Amino acid sequence: MEQHYQYLYDMLSQVQGYIFPNELDLQWGLLIVLYPYITGLVAGAFILASLERVFNVKVLKPTYQLALLTALAFLLVATMPLVTHLGHPWRAYEILSTPHSTSAMAIFGFVYLWYLMVVLLLEIWFDYRRDMVIWSKQEKGFKAKLYKILSLGVTDISPKTVRWDEKIGYFITVVGIPSAFLLHGYVGFIFGSVKANPWWSTVMMPVIFLFSAMVSGIALVLFIYMAVSYLRKQKIDMKALDTVAKYLFYILIIDFTLESLDQIHRIYEAEESFEILSLLVHGPLFLTFFIFQILLGTLVPLAALGTLQFYKPKEFTRRVIYLVSSLLVLFGIFFMRWNVVIGGQLFSKSFYGFTDYKIRIAGSEGLLWSMVWIILPFMILAFLLWLLPPWKKVQE
Amino acid sequence: MPPQLKTLIPLFAIFIVLFLVGRHLVVPESFGEAGHYRFNSIVENAEKPLQYADKDACNECHEDYVMEMESDMHAGLSCETCHGPGFAHYEEPDSSRLLVPDQREFCGLCHQRNFNREKKLAQIDLKEHYPEKKCIECHNPHLPWDITE
Repeated sequence: MEQHYQYLYDMLSQVQGYIFPNELDLQWGLLIVLYPYITGLVAGAFILASLERVFNVKVLKPTYQLALLTALAFLLVATMPLVTHLGHPWRAYEILSTPHSTSAMAIFGFVYLWYLMVVLLLEIWFDYRRDMVIWSKQEKGFKAKLYKILSLGVTDISPKTVRWDEKIGYFITVVGIPSAFLLHGYVGFIFGSVKANPWWSTVMMPVIFLFSAMVSGIALVLFIYMAVSYLRKQKIDMKALDTVAKYLFYILIIDFTLESLDQIHRIYEAEESFEILSLLVHGPLFLTFFIFQILLGTLVPLAALGTLQFYKPKEFTRRVIYLVSSLLVLFGIFFMRWNVVIGGQLFSKSFYGFTDYKIRIAGSEGLLWSMVWIILPFMILAFLLWLLPPWKKVQE
Repeated sequence: MPPQLKTLIPLFAIFIVLFLVGRHLVVPESFGEAGHYRFNSIVENAEKPLQYADKDACNECHEDYVMEMESDMHAGLSCETCHGPGFAHYEEPDSSRLLVPDQREFCGLCHQRNFNREKKLAQIDLKEHYPEKKCIECHNPHLPWDITE
């Protein structure tokens, strides 16, 4: 009990102005910041992959499978922050067994399942089926058996059947693009539809989330492609890297424009909530909004990548710029999610005060769990790259 | 039909069937009967044994105490606020006894000074107000302002 009182007194000392009692403690913490962040990485990586497949940007070939496997690795973990956030995680399946039709979150469960089962797994399966059949004959022991199981017994690799792989794979990618838009647009919708919260409630939210998802996913694949090439001591395909960076630059412009539009609209409308939101971004969110999200996460990468559109320095310099830009974008988008999720709960709905948020280290809402959910996708990706190495794929 | 689909379509059909079977098994029996919840939970809660008897039940045997209480500041309280749930005692008075709390801290649950409490509620500092004595040595809990010393 003493501990609780101590916590209460500590928290009360952080309150500014007037807040309602139930606003003292944030209901959604770091884990809920991670949920849209990780989901966004999935959608972004997938859309990058589809550029090669559907829009026929052949130069992106070296990143195609990597982007797909990255999307899968992160998708498998995407719901975990939500599950750890639940008070009763073992009841998580109920979102699928007894979904409520008026719950946006319940419908997300099915969007997620559709995206995992029908889009990503199928697309990867069609893309790797022929290779898995060949590898199951080349490899020995456990790995050979694993490939046999994964190929689901469809061992026909005649040109006619392989052509079907490509055709159906292409069809799935076409279906996959709106699905990826749906997956991440939905995450934005969940926030955008909270009409009681003026920081969230905007129809722009799904679109902003979508474009920031694309930006972060592309930055992630850019980073992973460089990291994997470095670890494998392979030469980076600079044409592919330049093209990925070019797309990152373009979509970053759109993302920045949309977010600016949203803010300008907010400033011009200046509704009754405007004063508190202005105090919010100039006060508790100053560092994470202006410095982390806008300056470091957007303007610096925009300037760096923009310069490269006109001036091409040596390969090494370009690689360093890409590395730094991708990390900055990933950093910036993380804080974009932070500013949405945490920022939206820091101000009182009375519009007269602020509460505070401190990350705890341990506990189900703590930093340690969040670290697990950020590190785990990289471990899954390492496993997927071991199992389905894109560089060992049999060339036609 | 391409051989891939010959495998995948039955596989997805099996997946969907497994999902439906799983759903059938995990969704509770009365779910959805009267709304988006398990209706039996209401029946189950209604069937739980009663714990509290209410003041009228106390009044059947202890009219004197109830009358005393009604005449002083504790008039609005239920007997079971201090004596705990009394249904078992009401049913079998000899085998089930009620709580008779006599600790200072128990009275302090309501009367320890706290600025958030309503002013009309008598409040004292347990550390300063006759700390060596039990409250009930001076105050009759049924007639709190009938002070013995």
